[in-house]
Amino acid sequence: MLLKDKLVLITGATKGIGFATAKLFAQQGAQLLLNGRDQESLEQVIKELSPFSQSKITPLSFDVSDPDQVKDGFQRLFKTVKGLDILVNNAGVLDDALIGMVTPTQIQRVYGANTFGSLYCGQYASRLMQRRGGGSIINISSIIGTNGNEGQAVYGGSKAAVIGMTKSLAKELAPSNIRVNAIAPGFIDTDMARSLDDDKFQERIDSIKMNRIGQPEEVGNVALFLASELSSYVTGQVIGVDGGMLI
Amino acid sequence: MSTNQPLINAFSSALGIDTSAVTDELEYNTIPQWDSVAHMSLVAELESAFDIMLDTDDIIDMSSVAKAKEILQKYDVAFEDKE
Repeated sequence: MLLKDKLVLITGATKGIGFATAKLFAQQGAQLLLNGRDQESLEQVIKELSPFSQSKITPLSFDVSDPDQVKDGFQRLFKTVKGLDILVNNAGVLDDALIGMVTPTQIQRVYGANTFGSLYCGQYASRLMQRRGGGSIINISSIIGTNGNEGQAVYGGSKAAVIGMTKSLAKELAPSNIRVNAIAPGFIDTDMARSLDDDKFQERIDSIKMNRIGQPEEVGNVALFLASELSSYVTGQVIGVDGGMLI
Repeated sequence: MSTNQPLINAFSSALGIDTSAVTDELEYNTIPQWDSVAHMSLVAELESAFDIMLDTDDIIDMSSVAKAKEILQKYDVAFEDKE
């Protein structure tokens, strides 16, 4: 098992990439702490994942964009398990608009979850990891953060910031044996992708060299690699999981 | 061992200074050993010594040994009046 007894926090774990990653990590022996904003959804997810987990899964409901809630969440985490080995900063929101129609509220909301949330969680997580002699932080960015896309200035900016944060933290935390990497998923089979109309959906598929949508588990597998000792000498990297998508 | 001793040991170990140099008057950035990098090591030492997790605001406010004692008391750590 690649993650036996590792203490892992996954944010935004109730669906999509977060859920798939949680399932893979549970199967690899991790002791999971799962975050979401809604306690009821978290409990449902824990019920679904429990058969795959050898240890008790802990729900930690808080909004990653609210620094006070993050602080309280990490205090609860500390009281419950006393430490952390792996953080997957997955929680995020998508809210697209052409630049002339973007509102300050949208900017606050998107950056709040995607960028600030990753920073807040990374801050507390790295301190807990330092006390355990090391760890791994995996930030979920996006191909929109690396390549940009029309109508996605806010989302793309928030995800590009995650890459800058990843590279800076990798340098800052390497002496503490904490690795920090990012994943840049392309078009992945999530609720968001399925909400596109048929023409837009096909247009996206046509832009992918492998000619198919990616599965959340395929992102989770890369997260598993980055979380485990298989990537013990890898830090400050952004790994695309996009099937050769062109934007 | 007094309750002060783990605090003195944490400062001494994190900053790489003699325990005799750890007095209430010692302040952040007044000696070369207590810079921002050492400050984070100090935080880790204190958290381990007292089995607590400090809030970010408290880490930033921890500007002297005396202030550290004041902050740690919020986390139910008690200190003697005199070292």
